[in-house]
Amino acid sequence: MGTGHNVLGRALPRVDSMEQVTGATRFADDLTLPGTLVGRQLLSTHPHAVIAGIDTSRAEALDGVRAVITGSDLPITYGILPVSQDENTLAIDRVRYVGEPVAAVAADDAEIAERALSLIKVDYEPLEEVVDLEQGLSEDRPLIHGEGTGRNVHRSVALEFGDVDEGFGVADHIREDVFHYSGNTHAALETHCALASYDAVGKLTLWSSTQVPHYLHRSLERVLELPAGRIRVVATPNGGGFGGKTEPFSHEFAAAKLSMLTGRPVRINLSREEVFYAHRGRHPVLMWVRTGFAADGRITAMHFRSFLDGGAYSSYGIVSMYYTGALQTATYQIPNYRFEGVRVFTNKPACGPKRGHGTPQPRFALECQLDRAAADLGMEPVGIRLVNAVEPDSLTVNHLRITSCGLSECIVEVAGASDFTARHGRLPHGHGMGLAVGAYMSGAGLPIYWNDMPQSEVQVKVDRGGGVTVYSMATDVGQGSTTMLATVVAELLGLQPSDLAMVTADTDLTPVDLGSYSSRVTFMAGNAAVEATGKVRDRVVRAVAEKLEANPADLVLADGRVSVAGDPATGSDWAEAVRMAIATEGPLIESGSYRAPELAGPYKGSGVGISPAYSYSACVVLVECDAQTGMVAVERVWLAHDVGRSINSLLVEGQIEGGVYMGLGEALFEEQAFRGGLHRGPSLLDYKIPTILEMPPVEFIIVESIDPGGPFGAKEVGQGPLLPVVPAIANAVHDALGVYVDEVPITPDRVVAALRDLARGGSGRFGPESVPDFDFGTPVRVEPPEGFVAP
Amino acid sequence: MTMRLPNFEYVAPATVDEAARLLSDPGRSSLIVGGGTDLFPKIKRRQAAPTTLVSLSGVDEMRGVRFDSAGNCVIGASTLLADLAVSHQVPPVMAIAAASIASPQIRNTATVGGNLCLDTRCNYIDMPETWREASGHCLKDGGEVCWVAPRGNRCWAINSSDLAPVAVALEGSVRLTSVHGERLIPVEDLYHDDGIACHTKSFEEILVELLLPSGGTRATYRKLRRRGSIDFPLLGVAASARFDEAGTCVSARMVIGAAAPAPVRATEAEEFLIGRQFTDEVIGEAAGIASGPVRPQDNTDTGSRYRKWMVPVLVGRALSDLVADDG
Repeated sequence: MGTGHNVLGRALPRVDSMEQVTGATRFADDLTLPGTLVGRQLLSTHPHAVIAGIDTSRAEALDGVRAVITGSDLPITYGILPVSQDENTLAIDRVRYVGEPVAAVAADDAEIAERALSLIKVDYEPLEEVVDLEQGLSEDRPLIHGEGTGRNVHRSVALEFGDVDEGFGVADHIREDVFHYSGNTHAALETHCALASYDAVGKLTLWSSTQVPHYLHRSLERVLELPAGRIRVVATPNGGGFGGKTEPFSHEFAAAKLSMLTGRPVRINLSREEVFYAHRGRHPVLMWVRTGFAADGRITAMHFRSFLDGGAYSSYGIVSMYYTGALQTATYQIPNYRFEGVRVFTNKPACGPKRGHGTPQPRFALECQLDRAAADLGMEPVGIRLVNAVEPDSLTVNHLRITSCGLSECIVEVAGASDFTARHGRLPHGHGMGLAVGAYMSGAGLPIYWNDMPQSEVQVKVDRGGGVTVYSMATDVGQGSTTMLATVVAELLGLQPSDLAMVTADTDLTPVDLGSYSSRVTFMAGNAAVEATGKVRDRVVRAVAEKLEANPADLVLADGRVSVAGDPATGSDWAEAVRMAIATEGPLIESGSYRAPELAGPYKGSGVGISPAYSYSACVVLVECDAQTGMVAVERVWLAHDVGRSINSLLVEGQIEGGVYMGLGEALFEEQAFRGGLHRGPSLLDYKIPTILEMPPVEFIIVESIDPGGPFGAKEVGQGPLLPVVPAIANAVHDALGVYVDEVPITPDRVVAALRDLARGGSGRFGPESVPDFDFGTPVRVEPPEGFVAP
Repeated sequence: MTMRLPNFEYVAPATVDEAARLLSDPGRSSLIVGGGTDLFPKIKRRQAAPTTLVSLSGVDEMRGVRFDSAGNCVIGASTLLADLAVSHQVPPVMAIAAASIASPQIRNTATVGGNLCLDTRCNYIDMPETWREASGHCLKDGGEVCWVAPRGNRCWAINSSDLAPVAVALEGSVRLTSVHGERLIPVEDLYHDDGIACHTKSFEEILVELLLPSGGTRATYRKLRRRGSIDFPLLGVAASARFDEAGTCVSARMVIGAAAPAPVRATEAEEFLIGRQFTDEVIGEAAGIASGPVRPQDNTDTGSRYRKWMVPVLVGRALSDLVADDG
């Protein structure tokens, strides 16, 4: 094959592609058990109200209704973060957003279930609502969590690394800019669905389209008060997740409880409207950024402020807030850095993690500002980025450890492929080009709940016929994690990925993996698979070497044979070799695990942003804008991504294109918008995801920096490629029209407002003017890490 | 959250007469269904609760395009939008407008009659049941207040048909049939500037066909929307004109869609254009005149201000189309 690899890096189809394209894949809503009841939830119609009473008697009396539950049936709270357990399955005493579940029914069919909901009488006493950042920071609005009035601040942070005042003191040029990134949602095509079955011996099985079966398992144990051993969670193939299924949801507990009460299986499949209310999508973030530059473009200091409108519950919110300040330093060498952030509660669906979790918003601000600084300093977008780009094997001022880093290569590659420098600033009016970069973690360095166990475990079992089964809780959410695992194992054993049996995402059958979030699976489960497979390989090699009286180091596994390198006729075929290994040393079942190294810095909040490795991306987009209607069409995208090592180039390409698509939606179309506490359009007609007509051709470039810690050197690709797309589009719109739309999505009305301002002699800018006056307190001063080299 | 169809009777008569009899049956509360792409979601959202749906899909005489003895192009109301979009018999502007409607899947089911009789739309009414309860049911939804203009006492839901402005611009007419007889009315008169009582057609009447007079007109349709497919118009401008040999306008029609409960004719601008040649200055002035009376409300995507700004842009482009070489 010339690469020295069996299957690594090849563009092989996914191992589950045949099931997917023939419709055989069984998603949660495809599963049926005998006697399954239909579960439905009643939603709050008030953004903020006291529940004075709920009368379910008429619903209970309806023929065909098997159970009705309300908040008091499940009084134990939950929440993805151990520090913020603030949600109930069904609201108790108070509702905090329109769409919050307040009761649930299980009935013989959907019609009866829906009729039952209409018979439940909820007596609401409306409270004053808190629907935006300004109201959330106001002293005299009611507290959403708590009694009385006051600021609805969920959490705030103020950190300073190095000496920011000194950094600004030596700057030759300082810029201050304000940006707003609107909220948006995941819009996975598969709506959330859970099927619960509580059997005769008291065991609960929950099939759910979740990205995190392990965390869901723990939450069910807590809320249902069942021992973990009596709960089995099976994560069904997700029809898209994007972060929208990475925490426990109300309907999962409700389905389980209803099954426990009725003794029959219960399925709850959320409607599209309910998914918009369940949300956990991108936080709207208002940002102020002040950056100092030396005359040569080097950053001397940065002060970044984020204001997050979090919605009614915590979700991942504290982490989301920290993320808005964590990765600025992962791309650019910032010697002095101050970050201040605050998240407020509002009476809207809770925001949470969406692809890029908390980092696309600051990335938008940073990359837009950098282009302006370049213009101020007479530099080019490429030049100012290269002069600041982070170097491999370095430390950042906020204690991130950078290992491999292909950022500069990505910039050079993408600029070259697009002929950026020759075209930027030189295209006819209405046509423009923009550049931006990004970085993302290959897995969060720490688990969500504190523990010192591995973050991923994999087992590999080989039967006497040579059949290999891989067991992992890694959950395929469409990103191809099962194919990644199969490829890693097959590579080491000289087999084809399609030869393997893959058992995944089942808490009864598979060893723990923390889940498909934070782009952690390739790095962590991949490493665990490498370790487990390495043990299998060693045993098989040992057995064959013994028989051949050869040095084990001389043996290779390729094309289904174990033989002396360069002489495939020697040795044994795989199955025979396996039997020899089992005969000599017993069952061929091995396990491996991965735990990230200790990376956290010496400050509170340092757990957010650390990762064993970072991916890098650079993106150029070409846009055509209609200067009268403000419509922006993206004509072409070039995206270079440093994935460390490509394990399957088809999947890498798919993730890059998916990231571009999602970034395109966020940049131009999608907005989780509200009018007061009411969603402006909880449907896929009103919430505008791009169609295939809006999707431009994507020229992708895979950069391989071979990370020392990754499986075969691999890093993430699931989230990183989205990051540069949004600011690259914004920068391209500026290049095309000369206006600044400092608020995404860059909708045509905003573009035209900016154009009209320009025509009237204004600055041609649309966006927020200022940020609220909020006292973040004295920042916690953190010394840069030992060995940090200021640029 | 309700997304299931309730029970109802579904009848598919084979003739217009039979359909008309069913609609007049006092024992039934019937609605006509064409392709159902608009009606079924409405029923799922509990915006309509008919006991009977009278489908016109089995009425063969209502499908297809023909020419009558007067030379009118006659389009059967049950003709699929997908067929209209590729028809060479209809005026090109009709095919273009049809091709711009919704998505390929919807056009394969939706009909000409359904689009012409599209109920008015508004982002306070075309919402799920829970949402409408949370917002407080609006005037069109049986409530007391139009949330778009709470101080008034009328409904501002908008006519979002793409075919309607074109049919008006082409001086089309529609044939309506019921047990009480038949009438032929200008398309313009099918609509009523009220978001609730938006059609002049009675519930007993069936829109059987659309007649478009032949010849001599140049016509165009400009549709503004966010995405290249699926979306209803943010604004639609249909324009037609006849010119003498010197290129002077002898008649003009300009119709603005998706801005009000009915397609809006820009009659002042039409009059202004007659006797003039379409120079850039004339087009600019006409665009200004046309947009004066158009007052989009904040009841669809992008808001009222932007849509107001876009009226002269779209009108200008439409008028330019009429004098373009390939117009």
